[in-house]
Amino acid sequence: MTFEPQTFRVTRADLVRYAGASGDFNPIHWSERFANSVGLPGVIAHGMFTMALVGRAVTGWAGAPDAVVEFSVRFSRPVPVPDTDEGTEVVVSAVVKGETEEGHTKLALTATCQGEKVLSMAQAVVRKR
Amino acid sequence: MPLDQSYVGRSFPPTEPYLVGREKIREFARAIGAPEREYHDPEAARALGYADVIAPPTFPIIFTMASSHAQIVEDPALGVDYSRVVHGDQRFSYARPIVAGDALVCVNTVEDITSRGGHDFMTTRSDVTTEAGEPVVTVWAKLVQRGEEPA
Repeated sequence: MTFEPQTFRVTRADLVRYAGASGDFNPIHWSERFANSVGLPGVIAHGMFTMALVGRAVTGWAGAPDAVVEFSVRFSRPVPVPDTDEGTEVVVSAVVKGETEEGHTKLALTATCQGEKVLSMAQAVVRKR
Repeated sequence: MPLDQSYVGRSFPPTEPYLVGREKIREFARAIGAPEREYHDPEAARALGYADVIAPPTFPIIFTMASSHAQIVEDPALGVDYSRVVHGDQRFSYARPIVAGDALVCVNTVEDITSRGGHDFMTTRSDVTTEAGEPVVTVWAKLVQRGEEPA
């Protein structure tokens, strides 16, 4: 079963909405001025927002919202989100890496932004239906 | 100042229960653009055998981040300078999905502190259970505290 790459658009408005829903109001995710003051090129997405998009791709692929048994990522590079209507895009892809002893499916996950990998060591274990 | 290594292995008192609301799950699912009906519609979730809407996989971060921040990161004796902290790794291991109506207790533990190349790495673990002690999810976060710039 192949995993078609999925593309997610990310705008500043998405980051504001995610900040409110998650309670993570770190200003690097909404203030250009603050982000620049701590050495970032601009506002960046919450790592957990990127992980949530990867989670959407995984549950969508599994065809069940309750199928995820294990889910882990390393945030290796920030996702800059410009203040434009288009924002940026995160592309999620995955490869099946076999089965666990329990018979669950192992997925190796990749997320890229502007052609650069933004996660490393990202994987999920998914219960088969 | 490096982080205080004596915190490794230390667990903190169980948190006050976090009451999972149906509207909070819907709000979070909308914020991440997740369309699955089981996150929004109690009837759809009941068809899968759950009492109410279920939460997307990363939903636990709402209360594990807040409680580990309050109990661990903000402990002045540990020595975290949050302005130099970035989120390194995140991992979830699920016993079952979170369901609206759950009252969830976190026990937060400092699992590991290491230093490498002038940077400090701290892994926290949050064991999330119901008030009755039923395991729901275990959540690990690795925070990276970048080394201070030379003066």
